[in-house]
Amino acid sequence: MNVVMHQVGAPGFLHRFEGLRERLPGGRLPWLAALRAQAAEAFRAQGFPTRRVEAWKYTDLAPVAEAGFDEPLTPMDDAMDLPPAQAGARAVFVDGRFRADLSSLDGLPFEVSSVARHLDALEGRLGALARPGEEPMAALNTMLFEDGLLLDLPEGVEGGVLELLSLATASERPSAFHPRHLIRLAKGAKLTLIETATGPEGARYLHNPVFEVEVAEGAWLTHGRLQQEAPRAFQLSTIYASVAAGGTYDNFTLNAGGRLVRNEIHVTLTGSGAACHMNGAQLLAGDQHADTTTALDHAAPSCASRQTYKTVLMGRSRGVFQGKILVRQAAQKTDGYQMNQALLLSPEAEMDSKPQLEIYADDVKCSHGATVGELDAEQVFYLRSRGIPETQARAMLVQAFLHEAVEGVTDEALRRALDAAVEGWWARQEETLAA
Amino acid sequence: MLKIEGLTATVDGKPILKGIDLEIPSGEVHAVMGPNGSGKSTLAYVLAGREGYEVTGGSVTWDGHDLLSMEPEERAAAGLFLAFQYPVELPGVGNATFLRTALNAIRRARGEPELDAMQFLKLARQRMRELSMPEDMLKRSVNVGFSGGEKKRNEILQLALLRPKFAVLDETDSGLDIDALRIVADGVNAMRGPDFTALVITHYQRLLDYIVPDRVHVLMNGRIVRSGGPELAKELESEGYAAIQARAA
Repeated sequence: MNVVMHQVGAPGFLHRFEGLRERLPGGRLPWLAALRAQAAEAFRAQGFPTRRVEAWKYTDLAPVAEAGFDEPLTPMDDAMDLPPAQAGARAVFVDGRFRADLSSLDGLPFEVSSVARHLDALEGRLGALARPGEEPMAALNTMLFEDGLLLDLPEGVEGGVLELLSLATASERPSAFHPRHLIRLAKGAKLTLIETATGPEGARYLHNPVFEVEVAEGAWLTHGRLQQEAPRAFQLSTIYASVAAGGTYDNFTLNAGGRLVRNEIHVTLTGSGAACHMNGAQLLAGDQHADTTTALDHAAPSCASRQTYKTVLMGRSRGVFQGKILVRQAAQKTDGYQMNQALLLSPEAEMDSKPQLEIYADDVKCSHGATVGELDAEQVFYLRSRGIPETQARAMLVQAFLHEAVEGVTDEALRRALDAAVEGWWARQEETLAA
Repeated sequence: MLKIEGLTATVDGKPILKGIDLEIPSGEVHAVMGPNGSGKSTLAYVLAGREGYEVTGGSVTWDGHDLLSMEPEERAAAGLFLAFQYPVELPGVGNATFLRTALNAIRRARGEPELDAMQFLKLARQRMRELSMPEDMLKRSVNVGFSGGEKKRNEILQLALLRPKFAVLDETDSGLDIDALRIVADGVNAMRGPDFTALVITHYQRLLDYIVPDRVHVLMNGRIVRSGGPELAKELESEGYAAIQARAA
């Protein structure tokens, strides 16, 4: 009788890497082989971080570390059920692999391609921003990535709206995939990228994407992320963005799906007048856990950063926000703002919040704030005194809180997608509450 | 008719209302005047059913309903309206949505058909013109960024839309300039008639020049110490609360 031994957790991934290393995409490219080997060493040394590691104090990866994951066995089915498109152009990834046959990319004023197909041209670019030595999830990604979105916007190009759809398939055993997306906007280019990540109801998987984003002088990237993974899925994503003078990186992340989710963003403002907006909403219920961790590096003068995150927690869910702002000595005239608000709708829900400012320049304006609370009793009473029943009054106030989270989004396509996602989420919660 | 008998209430365990007896026949407007800390606002909140205001004795009946056993929204459905001294800000809740939701909740309770968005807008715009309110106040979040006067006018707009049978106006005059005061008073006076009863709570006599009450009651230290006609308000204005207190003692 054959007994298949499944190794779990970090050793399982390292074992897979040892077995696969020659056959992974770009396995014969020496620079890439070296990059993967270094990442494997880093991952071997660190493993999945425990809560003793400061950066992971509030998020316990044990459910990921104790699970065994297989390679995704993607059915080669042309008639896949795709969610409705958010925009005209769409790049589709299934289980982390680019699917040209499912994508619709005609008529775009720039080229969209797959990282796997162009690895021989990516030396020095792939891995330029990611730090596998410091972030273990980036190490795991570097070790095992197979594919990703490769996007280059030439100088001055108005790219319009592109959707990145990441779809997982269901298989008998949990699967893991680690896409590496490379996005580069040349001088003055502009793009709205709307990313949707989802999977079928019962699917169990780990989606571990890493983004390396370069925004050149005067370019503007709106990066909207709608995280609506399957209810039992894990998503641990890490974004590295570097923004040059006068450029803007504008990220909005909606965390609404998944069982255990981390949205980790590292942004470096490298040139004068660069800007970064990191906003988001986390909508949590049941036993969901969602973590938003941001690290903003003000490395140049006269840059502005804005962060507003809102979390609604129901059931036994847990939310985390960690936000670090580093203002280097050179970064005079920095204007930084960070706000984190959470609404607890259940006595069993919990929110952890850790803002952190590290300022080495003397002429800066930096503020941060955090609130965690229940619905305001005075507001509920005001509505009830006007004849509005209590449940409806509470629903109005929750929707108002969520509305405020998305009202800052100026991009129309993204705003529509977010409004629909937020409304859908709330309607499902109301059904659950009514049942 | 509103009938309050032997009403006592505490806030944070501290007795504030110490036995209030008050009757307001239907169609009449009564004023309750009193110095700071006399229990005026507590009386208003107890009538509207706010949490944290604990009734320890007595009764309140309105049109035969036992008001104190009802939830705040049930009291509103039964025709009660409280104009807040400090109207509450609701960031993210559009004023139009708020007003229409409230109006339709009341209409449902009365067995009247609900208004759709168009019907509501037409009605709201008409009422706003009567109160000299700019139309953009419908688009803003409820009371957010409103001046003191705008907040009070928004309360009176709700009064005009919901058309309650019994209104409690809690220091609606505070923070209003004379023009705003006149607009607010006109709004209330327009409601007067056999089906409208009101309790006007105020510190100063000024408001009562514009909303002339049928009766005036003086509230001090949790009790009504004197009642009289509108002339009692003038007497208070010239002599002050201290004189009344000395005489009542």
